[in-house]
Amino acid sequence: MKALPKYKAQESVVYIDTDSAPRILFYGEDFLLEDLPVGTRVIYPRKPLMPLANPRAAIRYALTHPEGAEPLHAQLRPGLKVTIAVDDISLPLPPMQRPDARQLVLEAVLEMLADYGVDDYEIVIAVALHRHMTAAEVRRMVGDKIFDAHWPDRLYNHDAEAEGGIVELGRTAHGEPVRINRRCAESDLLIYVNINLVPMDGGHKSVAVGLTDWEGLRPHHNPTAIKKSWSYMDPKNSELNHSATRQGRIVDEHVNVFHIETALNNRMFSGPLDFLMKNEDDFTEADRIKFQTIKWALSKTPRVARREIFMRVPAAYEMIAVHAGATEPVHKKILDACFKQYAVPVRGQCDILISGIPYISPYNVNSKALNPLLVQVMADGYFFNMYRGKPLLREGGVLIVAHPCTDSFDPVHHPSYIEFFNRCLSETRNAEQLRDKYEEEFARNPSYIEMYRRGNAYHGAHPFYMWYWGENGRQHMGKVIVVGADNAHVPEILGWERADTLAEAISMARQHMGRSAEITLLHHPPILIADME
Amino acid sequence: MPNARPTAAAFYDVDGTLVRTNIVHAFAYYAFNQPTPWRSLKKAARTLISVPLFWALDQYSRKTFNDFFYRYYEGQSEDRLRFLAEEMFEEVLKPAIFKGAYDLIRESRRAGLRTVLVSGALDFTLESLAQHLGVDDLLANRMEFKDGIATGKLIPPELAGPNKAAVLRDYCQRHGLEMARSYAFSDSYSDVPMLASVGRPTAVNPDLRLKTVARSYDWPIVELR
Repeated sequence: MKALPKYKAQESVVYIDTDSAPRILFYGEDFLLEDLPVGTRVIYPRKPLMPLANPRAAIRYALTHPEGAEPLHAQLRPGLKVTIAVDDISLPLPPMQRPDARQLVLEAVLEMLADYGVDDYEIVIAVALHRHMTAAEVRRMVGDKIFDAHWPDRLYNHDAEAEGGIVELGRTAHGEPVRINRRCAESDLLIYVNINLVPMDGGHKSVAVGLTDWEGLRPHHNPTAIKKSWSYMDPKNSELNHSATRQGRIVDEHVNVFHIETALNNRMFSGPLDFLMKNEDDFTEADRIKFQTIKWALSKTPRVARREIFMRVPAAYEMIAVHAGATEPVHKKILDACFKQYAVPVRGQCDILISGIPYISPYNVNSKALNPLLVQVMADGYFFNMYRGKPLLREGGVLIVAHPCTDSFDPVHHPSYIEFFNRCLSETRNAEQLRDKYEEEFARNPSYIEMYRRGNAYHGAHPFYMWYWGENGRQHMGKVIVVGADNAHVPEILGWERADTLAEAISMARQHMGRSAEITLLHHPPILIADME
Repeated sequence: MPNARPTAAAFYDVDGTLVRTNIVHAFAYYAFNQPTPWRSLKKAARTLISVPLFWALDQYSRKTFNDFFYRYYEGQSEDRLRFLAEEMFEEVLKPAIFKGAYDLIRESRRAGLRTVLVSGALDFTLESLAQHLGVDDLLANRMEFKDGIATGKLIPPELAGPNKAAVLRDYCQRHGLEMARSYAFSDSYSDVPMLASVGRPTAVNPDLRLKTVARSYDWPIVELR
């Protein structure tokens, strides 16, 4: 009798047994290969969804068949003042292979503007208080043709500190000021081109947050809003999202905004790194050899060089959805696509959550380091918040992260982080105290403002947001243990405990949570969101 | 905060920091604008020949450079120097102001800081600039005049190198300002003592040596050019 072909569907949740393979954890610009205790639950991302067969056609279809708005071409006429705003380099992570999704959308939009005689248009990169993108980064994002035709006069970074550059459109019923870029506010039509990497992106946040200033961010970029966000990857339960939505609705009352939102699949690694998309139990011999070769090569390479190598490997993301039109119906459709890609059904919280921390975050693309504050925001902020429903980690549980925590900052990108970490955080870890005592001083610091405006530095207030971002995680978790920190003072300043090995960290966590503690490894990146049942 | 009485200051070096010119440009302007064409020619030629020497002395010590350089003013009338200073501002200094200088001063004011120019140049050459930028004060070197004629000597305390730090400290004490919360901005390694004396030093358009120091101490580096 002929045997049936063996078929094994990818399971996103697996349990370690006695003959399971060791698991790979990101460890900054390196990897750890660790045996996990029997019974440990490992949560993997979903497989990449099938991409759109013809993204350019899909974009054109979205522009001509929008949600809750007139087709884009029907809104255009000669003499119209148009501004196109685009998401910045914080998305996607790592930057995607060329052409970037924004380039495809911009090409379609600019062609339509030209066809309808619209020549008064500018393209603004919605950086808010993020660092300004360099010319090379912008070129990579929008493509050579658009860059050469527009940079720097008609394609530029939003400047939250330009004199008279921000307009207050009004206040929400909660008293939140709504302040956006003057050119955008005074345009007949504002087109926003977005990439939705995670569910906290896009929607009303695009304009209300991406094109505002420090005053406009204060209502939600604060510890109080973060403490009420469970989680900020779950828009329905995120005060951060509620506040931005209230602001965005005021924007929509004053400005004709046409959103073009895109969602990508999670094909973060391809080619020689494609084994990182797999369950280790399914590794072929070739996968094991590739991993060991890379691990050996990394061990012989200085950290700075390792970083350069990683930063030069783009992700092979593909577009899975594109929708255009009014803010809320467009965003709803894109969120559905996002959750379809990222949400992994998970039953039951854990007592000990393990996660490797990679070399990259939304705030250090092309930077010299993932500095300690960013390591913290990845652990207490992003990774803790990768759930929908209730936290994956039980209240009082232990988070174990793997990262060297090197005391290294990029002085060009993160000058204010250096002062925040060494001066403020060593004084107190209390987010409210830090906000009350120091945030305004940093936000008004003329040196940091000039470095933001004329250089490529994050705004002086930005390190505070990084600390606030971890606030609900810090309130919820019992402790954080970092594996493999190369120094004692960084974990101490962050309020974390140290362990040399993962086994030691698990032992420490079990002392805190009990011998029968439920252990879960969040096996990412690629990104996944635990959809808690 | 901006309306309250300042409790800290922002001190700006001028040459190379806020403007792209330096004190030699100012002196050259005077040299080329002597009362007679013959004197202009003589003075200009002498200045041009001395440029390599000025450079070498400046590399050695800013104070030695000042002592030597200001002798070139000897014999010039105070009236003429002051009269030409206004013209020089319009023709030389004003076009040389970095665009970012206006923003930096505006942002300092918004942060509630008292704004002060600190320069080794002569006070009368910078008064119009200070007024134009709208700063609160000007600390600069003062030329000694006898019977309305420049002696070529500076009235102490001389503003150069380490002395700038002492002058800043004195200024802060007199005005009830906190050094630890004050800012200093400079482009030159010779101003490291001034920068190190305040709590918030910033290297602006720094030369290589200052850039190295700034990197070592994690001081912010700003490009206004």
